[in-house]
Amino acid sequence: MSAPWQPSATRAVLAARASLLARIRAFFAAAGVMEVETPIASRAGATDLALEGLRTACPGLGAEPWALWLQTSPEFPMKRLLAAGAGPIYQICKVFRGGERGRRHHPEFTLLEWYRPGWDYRRLLDEVAELVRFALDRPGLGVERLTYRQAFLDRFGLDPLSADAETLGLAAREQGGAGADELVLDADGWLDLLLTQGVEPGLGRGRLSFLIDYPASQAALARIRADARPPVAERFELYLDGMELANGFTELTDAAEQRRRFQSDLERRAISGREAPPIDEALLAALEAGLPECAGVALGVDRLLMIATGSEHIDQVLAFPVERA
Amino acid sequence: MATYSTNEFRGGLKIMLDGDPYVIVENEFVKPGKGQAFNRVRVRNLKTARVVEKTFKSGDTVEAADVHDTQMQYLYNDGELWHFMDQESFEQITADAAVVGDAAKWIKEQDICNLTLWNGVPISVEPPNFVVLVITETDPGLKGDTSGGGGKPATLETGAVVRVPLFVQIGERIKVDTRSGEYVSRA
Repeated sequence: MSAPWQPSATRAVLAARASLLARIRAFFAAAGVMEVETPIASRAGATDLALEGLRTACPGLGAEPWALWLQTSPEFPMKRLLAAGAGPIYQICKVFRGGERGRRHHPEFTLLEWYRPGWDYRRLLDEVAELVRFALDRPGLGVERLTYRQAFLDRFGLDPLSADAETLGLAAREQGGAGADELVLDADGWLDLLLTQGVEPGLGRGRLSFLIDYPASQAALARIRADARPPVAERFELYLDGMELANGFTELTDAAEQRRRFQSDLERRAISGREAPPIDEALLAALEAGLPECAGVALGVDRLLMIATGSEHIDQVLAFPVERA
Repeated sequence: MATYSTNEFRGGLKIMLDGDPYVIVENEFVKPGKGQAFNRVRVRNLKTARVVEKTFKSGDTVEAADVHDTQMQYLYNDGELWHFMDQESFEQITADAAVVGDAAKWIKEQDICNLTLWNGVPISVEPPNFVVLVITETDPGLKGDTSGGGGKPATLETGAVVRVPLFVQIGERIKVDTRSGEYVSRA
């Protein structure tokens, strides 16, 4: 181990982090949203196929050490608080995602997550814009709303809600420079490639771009809109400077549907030989007891700080990236 | 067969693609928060020096390329092949014109070159950064020039042509930077 002992962030950036956190807390204090804390280590984990949880073991709780999962987001316990009548709540916490390392990724990062009972994703989206304008002290920052479908129609001339994997793969290969000739992906995989390669870089240029109404296959924990044909997920992603900053939903409140999605995740994990963390039965019980209709969003604080400080690499805003941790 | 996972990707790593050895120039991890992770890389073909882009699903593995660089002394050219020798083992290997490429116009017997070997076979030859060569042909030069405003072409003993100041004459030894192909000084 010969990593330097010094932090990789300058003192000015450390100070910018402190002031960003203070502004976020001031924003929610003024908005009447309560700060909460929930466990970072839990007996249940995220089944989401796009996430890889980290597992630890805690001795001293019984005959055998307990297997505990480090949270990939505080979503499940926060929903239990909502079901218990907490009202609007937010949390700033560390989350952990294995297999994610790069210029904009670090396996441990700081997430801001908040929930608004009685709101839908469109109303929450407006508050996200307000928060970001306030946190960055850029009150004049404009807002653009673009449906996922329209973004793909504009950029590739294809409809992401109806195109099959073959059509999407062809488009990805024709995008030039992709070097995707030998990739084998399903439709959602190709959509992710087209999105990251062709759409994302142009989003959030000098304004806040919200990509909304995702394909139902990419709903994650969002409610599916019943009125839309084909159906879309009530989900948004915020982009600024070509970088994904936040992901929000009108939350799924149907316990049976939630269980189906968990089980489908686990089946798909089993097929590909991936680890299957236990389903969060406490969350399902809370949903059965009644989660109020609500909207929730998670925002990457480190990335917001990258934008606030003009940093190109996430290591510039972390005191000690994992290689120095 | 050694392999690398995309998690090990970094600049300088040598990998096999479509049967050719490549070196990773740049590696970028890309992932939508709720989606598939990719490694987008720029790679240089070690045989042709062509740089291309390639996208991998994160977690995929690729074959490692058995490629390494080694310093060898250039011995002679037999009319077809260039012969090099490892100065420690005295082992000799040969390279053809396609592999030696541009290095051919700079190197002289005894020069120490950098050879890139793939599975023990040379795939590229780099000349020393600076070489000293004799001018075999150049315009006799015009009167009174001292400080090389314009310069003139000069042919060197290896056949290379470089621009030299007007005051430099046939038979003189000059130092050349092989990376830029430019005259540095008299030697």
